[in-house]
Amino acid sequence: MENIRYDLITALPEIVVLSMAMLILLADLFLKQTNRIAIYALAQLALLVAAFITFSTHTPSIGYGFTGAFVDDAMADVLKLMIYLGTSLIFIYTRQYIQLRNMFRGEFYALVLFSVVGMMIMVSGQSMLTLYIGLELLSLSLYALVALDRDNARATEAAMKYFVLGALASGMLLYGMSMIYGMTGSLNIADINNALMSGANIHSVLILGLVFVVAGLAFKLGAVPFQMWVPDVYEGSPTAVTMLISSVPKLAAFAFIMRLLVQGLPTLAVDWQQMLMIMAVLSIIIGNVTAIAQTNLKRMLAYSTISHVGFVLFGLMSASINGYASALFYIASYVLMTLAGFGIILLLSRKGFEAEQLDDLKGLNQRSPWIAFLMLIVMFSMAGVPPTLGFYAKFTVLQAALQAGYLWLVVFAVLMAVIGAFYYLRVIKLMYFDEPIDHHPIQAPFDMRVTLSVNACALLVLGLMPQGLMSLCGYAIFKSLN
Amino acid sequence: MVEYFTQHILSFAIWLPVLAGVLVLFTANDNKPNVTRWLALAGSIASFLVTIPLYTHFNVADGGFQFQEGFQWILSFNINYHLGADGIAVPLILLTSFTTVIVVIAAWEVIEKRVAQYMASFLIMSGLMIGVFSALDAILYYVFWEAMLIPLFLVIGIWGGPNRVYATIKFFLYTLLGSLLMLVAFIYLYHQTGSFEIVDYYKYPMPLNVQVLIFLAFFAAFAVKIPMWPVHTWLPDAHVEAPTGGSVVLAAIALKLGGYSFLRFAMPIAPDAAHYLSGFMITLSLIAIVYIALVALAQKDMKKLIAYSSISHMGFVTLGFFIFNNLGLEGAIVQMVSHGFISAAMFLAVGVLYDRMHSRQIESYGGVANTMPVFAAFAVFFAMANSGLPGTSGFVGEFMVILGAIQVNFWYAFLAASTLIFGAAYTLWMVKRVFYGEIANPSVAALKDINKREFFILAILALLVLALGVYPQPLTDVTNATVTQLLSHLAQSKLPAGL
Repeated sequence: MENIRYDLITALPEIVVLSMAMLILLADLFLKQTNRIAIYALAQLALLVAAFITFSTHTPSIGYGFTGAFVDDAMADVLKLMIYLGTSLIFIYTRQYIQLRNMFRGEFYALVLFSVVGMMIMVSGQSMLTLYIGLELLSLSLYALVALDRDNARATEAAMKYFVLGALASGMLLYGMSMIYGMTGSLNIADINNALMSGANIHSVLILGLVFVVAGLAFKLGAVPFQMWVPDVYEGSPTAVTMLISSVPKLAAFAFIMRLLVQGLPTLAVDWQQMLMIMAVLSIIIGNVTAIAQTNLKRMLAYSTISHVGFVLFGLMSASINGYASALFYIASYVLMTLAGFGIILLLSRKGFEAEQLDDLKGLNQRSPWIAFLMLIVMFSMAGVPPTLGFYAKFTVLQAALQAGYLWLVVFAVLMAVIGAFYYLRVIKLMYFDEPIDHHPIQAPFDMRVTLSVNACALLVLGLMPQGLMSLCGYAIFKSLN
Repeated sequence: MVEYFTQHILSFAIWLPVLAGVLVLFTANDNKPNVTRWLALAGSIASFLVTIPLYTHFNVADGGFQFQEGFQWILSFNINYHLGADGIAVPLILLTSFTTVIVVIAAWEVIEKRVAQYMASFLIMSGLMIGVFSALDAILYYVFWEAMLIPLFLVIGIWGGPNRVYATIKFFLYTLLGSLLMLVAFIYLYHQTGSFEIVDYYKYPMPLNVQVLIFLAFFAAFAVKIPMWPVHTWLPDAHVEAPTGGSVVLAAIALKLGGYSFLRFAMPIAPDAAHYLSGFMITLSLIAIVYIALVALAQKDMKKLIAYSSISHMGFVTLGFFIFNNLGLEGAIVQMVSHGFISAAMFLAVGVLYDRMHSRQIESYGGVANTMPVFAAFAVFFAMANSGLPGTSGFVGEFMVILGAIQVNFWYAFLAASTLIFGAAYTLWMVKRVFYGEIANPSVAALKDINKREFFILAILALLVLALGVYPQPLTDVTNATVTQLLSHLAQSKLPAGL
């Protein structure tokens, strides 16, 4: 009985969010469209309460629940707080957009909250089964969200593509896990590690399992050569959903890699380091070079995401505390930048008009100097130019890779960053150097404008004072791996 | 209050213009541009006044860093906000804040669209460039170095000429590529020494092959910025397309960032590599001096001609660095400051013509001296200074470098001295075609002579060029101790014992 109570307390934030998602589904039946704003409030409330619980029950020590299948450590808490914050921002940014597109229904909020629960379970998963369940909950919610706008043929196509390829990746992941289970006799991460430490196993089978696991993870992250779905899904989904897919789930995917590869399979580090290295290099090349050819803003950001994932893998492949902390710092910065970037795209969209071509940004400086300035910060941050947060993200990852001895890979990454800078500069060129072709006034709710301004300016402020976020990431990794 | 100021002069010098720039942005209203202009002028003058104590309170006997201040900035990587200025940095800081005032005045009636953004860009850029000259922490330096690209990128791109987008993106990517390699070098040094303090790098011994790689990484960053032949190709494009103010800042200050950084980083951190590669560096410098001067001779566009002339003159600067003697190094620093005044004046002069005629082509002009006699007098004076006439500041630096070079190798000096001929040739030939002869066309005949504002800025620059040419001692006094100290540091090998 005592155990059950403890289990429930460790998973209390998940339980809160899940209950609220169901409550929303139920309440949605009884609400008129005019009162539907209450659903929005409930969803935000769920995140707020969950954040409060996570924050107030936080301890630096590691607690296990559900017979070791669920963990509550510093990394889980930090990542969950980031997920709440990111999702809350998504709710604020997307409200007007989905209202104008007849998607402002309980399903949207319930599905997003379900995906949040999935991410939280991934973050806290300490058994391959828990991790897998979390991942599937997240993925299934996302497939449904992409197709939420039923009459949109493009979105439906994107959803099909996402679902088929995603299911394939889940299959690969599961297959790999089954081999690791076969070799070690356990699903529990800590037990797997102990079994591998003791030595009696067949290396080749383990490697085969590892390859499948890494391939499955790479698919979910969108790393080359498993990136094919990314641009199509980004382009086809309603921008509100693209924003979700491209941001917070990356935090959960990072946690998945940390739990499975770093905590579970550190004995195979030499092997997965090589795989991550190849994927990192390919992602950075393909992401940056292909982005140049894009005319669609969402596709461009999709390729930009692929290259950012490459940089994150750079940090992970260093296989050191320093490297993991820098990868987490990179992901956190990336999420903040992406949210601001998509937030601006949502801001420029209006009823019956999607601001998704690069040309839609033309002359933005003349239409609204402030929004153009915010986008300027986001773009320079993505390009990694100081004094923005993106610079420190690249800096930390590169120094970790250099410390691990990958000097020439670092030089290569730096050269690719210059290529990347080109297409970010092009966006700035469109906003500042060209004449506007679209003269509609930009309308947005007050709370969205304010939050977006804070979000984008945070990239600048954190670029001037990055110590806080760096310490937080270092703390999360350090406390969880020791 | 006064005490606080004297302890943080450099911080004031950096952040006052930045703050003024942000304030100016908030006055954005193109219907009432005068508010913006006066505010920008007040901001730039205040920023200039703040830097004057750096000169008056400078201890000329001390070759080390003065006005030091700092605090821990990013603990995770031991990065400090550490500022300080030595005898090489102080003149360049003053040059920067002074040039900003000139740029603000020069833009007065000329810039009509988005005045606030224009003025703010230059004010912010001024602060960031002073940051580059005074940062003593590698990452702090890097942040300033890169951040100043952003306003310059916008200035060229928004207010530039027809081909501005190509020019500004080329400029940005070229510089970014070099800078990122420098960043890799910084990170490498950090992992070796555990610090980002530049002074710690000075003391850190390294084998020659490592030094050469570090030197080349710095070379990639600084050679592009100076620019040295053969990575100079962005400069003529950027200069031609930039608005007058952009050209002035590029030529007067941005190029000096590269020269300064050689003295601050590449040479003292990797002194053995600097000696080892000095033949290579001198060759590139001489190619710049001679070959680029010949290229300048063939130009039809006035701004392009001055841009090539800048590259040629910066060749003198790098030549002075890598002959490793007192005359050469001092001469190079004098040349940097002098070129700051002369090139600024030359670009302003072209700007004066361009504002009236909207053409930079030499062939559109002819006989301007007949309609603009006062302006022609100034232009001829600056042209003389540009070609190194004794009595102007252009002569002092070049002459010192040539004297320094002759101590090392006669042929270095011989080739360098040839520029006195080529320089005179391309500058005076341009003056002849633009200002003398018959009045070429009706639009030249309709030209009005310079107004009070234009007279004022050209006169100030003329006085400075003359003063520095006749009596350069106030400048050399400041640099002397630092140069001596730097040369003695460069003379000591940093190779680890036993190698």
